[in-house]
Amino acid sequence: MSESGTLAAKAKQDTVSLTGAEIVVRALKDQGVTHIFGYPGGAVLPIYDALFADNGITHVLVRHEQGATHAAEGYARSTGKPGVVLVTSGPGATNAVTGLTDALMDSIPLVVLTGQVATHLIGTDAFQEADTVGITRACTKHNWLVRDANDLSRTLHEAFQIATTGRPGPVVIDIPKDVQFKTGEYLTPDQIRHRTFKPKTEPETASVLRAVEMMAAAKRPIFYTGGGLINSGPQASAALRELAALTGFPVTSTLMGLGAFPASSPQWLGMLGMHGTYEANHAMHDCDLMVCLGARFDDRCTGRIDKFSPASKKIHLDIDASQINKVVRVDLGIVADAGKTIAEMVKLWKAKEKKPDAAALKDWWAQIDRWRARRSLAYEASDALIKPQYAIDRLYALTRGRDVYITTEVGQHQMWAAQRFKFEEPNRWMTSGGLGTMGYGLPAAVGVQMAHRDALVIDIAGEASVQMTMQEMSTAMQYNLPIKIFILNNEYMGMVRQWQQLLHGGRYSHSYSEALPDFVKMAEAFGCLGLRASKPSELDAKIMEMIDSPKPVLFDCRVDATENCYPMIPSGAAHNEMILSALSDASVSDEGKMLV
Amino acid sequence: MANERHTLTALVDNEAGVLARVVGLFSGRGYNIESLTVGEVDPAERTSRITVVTSGPPAVIEQIEAQLKRLVPVHAVTNWTFATDGVEREMALVKVAGADRTEAKQTAAKLGARVLDDRGQATVFELTDAPANIGSFIEAMRPLGLCDVSRTGVAAISRDPG
Ligand SMILES: Cc1ncc(C[n+]2csc(CCOP(=O)(O)OP(=O)(O)O)c2C)c(N)n1
Ligand SMILES: [Mg+2]
Repeated sequence: MSESGTLAAKAKQDTVSLTGAEIVVRALKDQGVTHIFGYPGGAVLPIYDALFADNGITHVLVRHEQGATHAAEGYARSTGKPGVVLVTSGPGATNAVTGLTDALMDSIPLVVLTGQVATHLIGTDAFQEADTVGITRACTKHNWLVRDANDLSRTLHEAFQIATTGRPGPVVIDIPKDVQFKTGEYLTPDQIRHRTFKPKTEPETASVLRAVEMMAAAKRPIFYTGGGLINSGPQASAALRELAALTGFPVTSTLMGLGAFPASSPQWLGMLGMHGTYEANHAMHDCDLMVCLGARFDDRCTGRIDKFSPASKKIHLDIDASQINKVVRVDLGIVADAGKTIAEMVKLWKAKEKKPDAAALKDWWAQIDRWRARRSLAYEASDALIKPQYAIDRLYALTRGRDVYITTEVGQHQMWAAQRFKFEEPNRWMTSGGLGTMGYGLPAAVGVQMAHRDALVIDIAGEASVQMTMQEMSTAMQYNLPIKIFILNNEYMGMVRQWQQLLHGGRYSHSYSEALPDFVKMAEAFGCLGLRASKPSELDAKIMEMIDSPKPVLFDCRVDATENCYPMIPSGAAHNEMILSALSDASVSDEGKMLV
Repeated sequence: MANERHTLTALVDNEAGVLARVVGLFSGRGYNIESLTVGEVDPAERTSRITVVTSGPPAVIEQIEAQLKRLVPVHAVTNWTFATDGVEREMALVKVAGADRTEAKQTAAKLGARVLDDRGQATVFELTDAPANIGSFIEAMRPLGLCDVSRTGVAAISRDPG
């Protein structure tokens, strides 16, 4: 009998009949799900009923479905497990679209269950009907509309497999209400195998060997690492550390990869890209070998593509074959899991007794040290105003020795956090990279804290971003989640203001918030602790008060309103054309202004 | 880099929405579709073959293939353009109207088209051939009373037995 035949025969004996709603809950439990983030409505009431009857899963009631998706992302990113979301049809599903897109861009595994109107009503413009699979087709890795309760368990198990293996990503399962009521046969995860989906994870030894040869021959090498190392799991970070120790090569990372390599290492160059360090970007530009590990040559990282690292040979390791040669032609592409491949590089480097070119590397490091000497993250200190950089530095210093997780919103504060908060481990840094979603950080912190009840979870926020998903403070209160929302309040959409200053002649069109809420009172209205600091002298004590509070805290940190985030590669410029401090309009080409 | 014309086929699971995924991929990423053909291959296996004729610089064609392979219901993607072991065909129905259609019929016969329908004031020709020859046939009919065309799009398959 064929393999699938055996499976089917086994399935026959072991099946149980359950309602669709019961199948959902049973499948989630069999997949090891302990938490789901959701919001009820008419089209998912049978599933909510099944959850009511079963206390094996903790349901977190959010205040907006976008919050549920970001919370699930934070949960997933900080645990390595998939995040699970349950929302109703129509507006419930459409509200989840931003989080789905965010998770797709940043390769975060999410399983999102949406209710749908009953099958006989589909296509009739029924109440709260939306074409959810149509709307979410472009923002999921895959999606399904399940029309038969007998297909439900298979679909659910496949959904978990697809979300979590290969390049992770979000999936949607749309379940009509009648399917939730009907009975169907339940199959366990081991009875299911997807017909086509078999991602390749093992690297070819010959390719790894060639990579090792190229590394041993390099004179000015760099490891350019990314979020793929986080997705691959902690063993990928461990392998990278070993490979870096063996080779002595410098390491930089994208925004998404921070923490895979310890920031305390002398080999760490800091983040690269638009707001990356001078040394990281110059090393990328001048290297003769770029070893890209789990990153994707995003435009925020490469700068101007036709001037991107002109003299280097390039190796690109990615689990997603479509990323190889997508934006940058490489000399060697390896399609495989990052952890497995880097471990194989370590093994072969040792087995072949490879040695780095010590003399060349010494010169390379001397050059890097000259770039470092430019101190590109330096800023002008102030006694009168809290500089945002100073606030991050103090937050970092005062949280040492604690179990810290950082989330962010999007804007200048996010870049300052990425530049200055030093991460030693993977899974500690949750930020919206690919989509740049304002409003991500607060609900993401809810998700992180749900998974790590005793940790110190801080959302480094901007006053504009945080108002987009502010209502999740109420969720934090309901579940006793002592998240800390540390707002760098510059009264501006600072990143927009900075671009308007540099690119649009200082015409600050609609980037100033004339009316801001009193964040302290707002915190109190939610039942949280509200704190405010306006002077550098009071900052430390207030930060300690925030850390020591058992409650969720909203911290209104009043910072210098017109500080800019440097260094910066202006749009349309190359890695070696960074602006360090003094501003000049002339440095951005007209072509550059067209880019975002 | 100059645009090239390529014929790609994708063997896919014949499930709801699979065509929308493929078409959405092309429109979402700004790729061209010059022709698109879909048909079931094996009802028992629930597979279909989607044939797309597309054009773009080589790097874009490479991306199209890679992006198609990423779709979950896609089993395999083949690029027939430079394969010597592939054949491709298209069928066209071409209508010519006018009082005297003798010349059209003679030309059609020479180019291998057959008369499918010949009533009243119009003749419908059927031609199955390589896409370029279909194009030539249509051009030949244009001065002879061409009034409508319906093309199926390209189907492609390999010659070898496997
Ligand atoms: C949902 C969304 N809308 C708009 C933008 C464009 N945008 C990027 S940064 C930014 C300003 C963010 O302001 P704030 O949260 O105060 O952060 P700051 O830059 O001041 O630190 C805006 C509007 C975005 N990234 N996301
Ligand atoms: Mg701001």
